[in-house]
Amino acid sequence: MDTSSDTAFFLGVTVVKVVVILWVLLTATAYLTWLERKVVAHIQSRWGPYRVGPHGLLQPLADGLKFLFKEDIVPADADRVIYWLAPFIAFTLAFLAIAVIPFGGSFSFHGHVIPFQITDLDVGLLFVLAVTSLGVYSIALAGWSSNSKYPLFGGLRSSAQMISYELSLGLALIGVLMITGTLSLRGIVEYQQQHGMWNIFKQPVGFLVYFTAAIAETNRVPFDLPEGETELVGGYHTEYSSFKFAMFFIAEYANMVTVSCVATLLFFGGWLGPLFGPPWLRTWLPVFWFCFKVFCFLFFYIWLRGTLPRFRYDQLMAFGWKVLLPVALLNILVTGAVVAASS
Amino acid sequence: MLRDYLPILVQLIAVSTVGAAILAVSAWVGKRRPSREKLSPYECGSVPVGNARERFSISFYLVGMLFILFDVEAVFLYPWAVVYKSLKWFGFLEMFLYILVLLAGYLYIWKKGALDWTR
Repeated sequence: MDTSSDTAFFLGVTVVKVVVILWVLLTATAYLTWLERKVVAHIQSRWGPYRVGPHGLLQPLADGLKFLFKEDIVPADADRVIYWLAPFIAFTLAFLAIAVIPFGGSFSFHGHVIPFQITDLDVGLLFVLAVTSLGVYSIALAGWSSNSKYPLFGGLRSSAQMISYELSLGLALIGVLMITGTLSLRGIVEYQQQHGMWNIFKQPVGFLVYFTAAIAETNRVPFDLPEGETELVGGYHTEYSSFKFAMFFIAEYANMVTVSCVATLLFFGGWLGPLFGPPWLRTWLPVFWFCFKVFCFLFFYIWLRGTLPRFRYDQLMAFGWKVLLPVALLNILVTGAVVAASS
Repeated sequence: MLRDYLPILVQLIAVSTVGAAILAVSAWVGKRRPSREKLSPYECGSVPVGNARERFSISFYLVGMLFILFDVEAVFLYPWAVVYKSLKWFGFLEMFLYILVLLAGYLYIWKKGALDWTR
């Protein structure tokens, strides 16, 4: 096969994959809002959305339309360019990170082996961390450009929180890297496959630190201070309306999905799970296992929201800097000693 | 090698197109009836006092600075961790000394109260 048609095929497949994954992720984030409202409602002995469609299943659609037709208000003294740019940055970055997430093995199509992944970078994990950590810009810029006090304080607090927990987040993953010796997300799952054991059993502390920091990174309960309604009105997006407002939420939910994907890949064996049945089922079952594990994490997120109260800001910062950071460092040292002693 | 990064570009173009399109459509179809009160910054219904371009707590700046320091450390650890298995005790000792130096700094800022928010 000549290289130009090979490249054309590669590009074509890539475009199809990007479109499909984007569509799935957009739908998933929309229905995550439905799931959240439904689960939290049931935890609180309510029904949640029930009117729009059976069991309120069309609620996300109705919400989307409503956001679209709402008045688009830009506050008088806002920095207009940055004010518009902030939700765009949040949205773009949240949906960019998914490009390196593998969600299954591979399937063959007309003699080509096509992996269930947009692209497998050697530095996949680094890419995810880099892209998600840029998300703090959208929040800082949104808070600042609104030229209003609540968004400013919300944005500042939120940025300080995110960068503080990002340290522990990054350090918590190093234990896994020391064991697996690769930054490729596919490689990390393949390592777990070869050794027949999920990394959670080797890195329980790393996982706990990672997931705690990840909850703070995505601004979720009990670390949802940026949105602490009781003190900051709405936080950094107080002045935002219509779809610009929705974009911050879409981004937040997409980030939750990304974080859950990384937790699944690094600690819970990614798409690994029992396989059975005919070949087509063996191809698609891993995708199911992956989605199922990610779903469990997302459900846990919502469960936490229905259960825990919010931290106070000084408690939050103290916890990040004085508890999570030393624990993450200690985890690296212990892992290092164990790996060096056993190899 | 570079081919692995091509899909990232495709993804970036697709995502930013979708994002820009949604923002444009929303700005286009949403009605607009601006008024002075509606466009003023939100301050719980009262007339806004001054402007939001004010001074804010120095602590935020401090956190930013400490973050840079420790994040550089974390970035250093990544390549080390990937090749750790071939470095073994040598790599462990080297990094142990490195972390020890940082730990001294960490204890110093803790003792100085840089990590206490309500100081």
